[in-house]
Amino acid sequence: MTQLAQPSPATRYHLSAPGILRSEWIKLRSLRSTWISLVVAAVLAIGLGVLFSALRGNDFSHHGVIPGPFFDPVAVSLRGVYLAQVAVGVLGVLLITGEYSTGMIRASLTAVPRRAPVLLAKTAVYAVASYVVAVVATFFAFLGGQAALGAYGFGVSLSSPGALRAVFGGALYLMVVGLLGLGLGFALRNTGGAIATLFGLLLILPALAQALPSSWQDHIDKYLPMTAGTQIMVTKPDAGSLSPWTGLLVFACYALAALVAGAIVLRRRDA
Amino acid sequence: MPARCRAAYRSGVIEAEALSKRFGSKLAVDRLTFTVRPGVVTGFLGPNGAGKSTTMRMLLGLDRPTGGSSRVNGKRYVDSAAPLHEVGALLEARAIHSGRSARNHLRALAATHGIGNRRVDEMLALVGLESVARKRAGGFSLGMGQRLGIASALLGDPQTLILDEPVNGLDPEGIVWIRTLLQRLAGEGRTVFVSSHLMSEMALMASHVIVVGQGRLIADAGIEELRSQAARDTVLVRCAEASRLAAAVSGEGVTVTASPDGALHVAGASSAQIGRAALAAGIALEELTPVRASLEEAFMEITKDFVEFDTVTGGTR
Repeated sequence: MTQLAQPSPATRYHLSAPGILRSEWIKLRSLRSTWISLVVAAVLAIGLGVLFSALRGNDFSHHGVIPGPFFDPVAVSLRGVYLAQVAVGVLGVLLITGEYSTGMIRASLTAVPRRAPVLLAKTAVYAVASYVVAVVATFFAFLGGQAALGAYGFGVSLSSPGALRAVFGGALYLMVVGLLGLGLGFALRNTGGAIATLFGLLLILPALAQALPSSWQDHIDKYLPMTAGTQIMVTKPDAGSLSPWTGLLVFACYALAALVAGAIVLRRRDA
Repeated sequence: MPARCRAAYRSGVIEAEALSKRFGSKLAVDRLTFTVRPGVVTGFLGPNGAGKSTTMRMLLGLDRPTGGSSRVNGKRYVDSAAPLHEVGALLEARAIHSGRSARNHLRALAATHGIGNRRVDEMLALVGLESVARKRAGGFSLGMGQRLGIASALLGDPQTLILDEPVNGLDPEGIVWIRTLLQRLAGEGRTVFVSSHLMSEMALMASHVIVVGQGRLIADAGIEELRSQAARDTVLVRCAEASRLAAAVSGEGVTVTASPDGALHVAGASSAQIGRAALAAGIALEELTPVRASLEEAFMEITKDFVEFDTVTGGTR
């Protein structure tokens, strides 16, 4: 029969930061929803980027129009990110609300009773994993999109101004959407509530802002999460919008606020 | 490994001191103070809703006490450098992600403490889940879920085990298995703290019991001690002249009850005393059998004032 007691010294097992990171990595990759969400995100970003680029190129050439100075071929090829963010954001929420709904959280917090390291490790692991997938997605969306536009003579290369920043920054945008979802999941502990809040912030807030008087809109709109965050993928900005990196920083502050709220809830409330 | 070989910081003692937990207006745990020692299986008994699960969750730092404190190995559980190595826990509800395989569930928990895959596979074999190790835990029966919970509790080779209703959902074979396992673990010098609402189960497993009702401590005693204190042993007597015998044995502290089949149950007198009284009165006895009070009766007796919803009022918990 299996030995229950280990012959080695009692100090053999102990909690460690690398151990907790490894644990979260195992948790992330051992769920089918992770792979489905990330593959769907990549397929949406690439597929829609190429599709939109082809449609725009065809539209221009069909009508014999020469694109104006505000035509942004980089942004067009990265347009699929707007839909890919749904998959990345939902997965961010599920990574923690799935633990609450199944009871797994009790096992996680019994192993790591200090709790905060669980949030930090989940954040780090998902940040890396979502960024790696997102950067592959934005890279191929850009290449594919520019190839599609190039067929009509409107494509640009990675060396054109802002292109590289848009590709790598667009992936950062996706990553931050995921972390915003994760933070909301920790704060609300409920899948439905956190997903509704996430997309309320990203998609409904700009729609509501449009109801404001236009003098207010100019001051508020550019700071809204998605408006600010997506500036990173724009190479022909509108007047008055935030600069790409300022915009992304503002967006990251929303995610940070959600994660801080999540950390407070995690520490204070009974699990 | 005997307890004395273990380092002092793994003394294995669980201490609760005036532990309290309030949920809104309901005081779920009311100033509980007790100590659980290594080397024996200690039962944690009480009717449903008595606060057993909440107490165990507070010991593990999952619920924050409203008052009081608890320590394992002399310190708070959250301050442990190796929580899974000090305490292995099985909680009342399932604590397993349904989408993950049994093996990956254990691997994820093991990783936090640097516990290797070999130990994971050993634990799966120990609880008899190796054939379904790579299946999603969502499809597991209640009993299989319990076995996986036991495997995760044992993962860190813990000095102390805190198990909430471990026999729940197990088949008779599984119940015998866990009883043997827990007694063996206690025999190795570990602390085994097991909750149950079934005294009959504890009677077979535990040698010490802590009984709670409505969040309060009712008894903290050895199982034999509890049996003798709470319920009186009786003597079953049969004879042709029941009413004469009843009069003959009656006296201070003696109660005689007659059952419909004509037998008498005498409490407060030994079978020898009854035999002498019968002889003196010239009554021929047909049967004279000492009846030991069951632990179940003892348990019912001491918790009768603490049952939150009994069947008479129609509520069930």
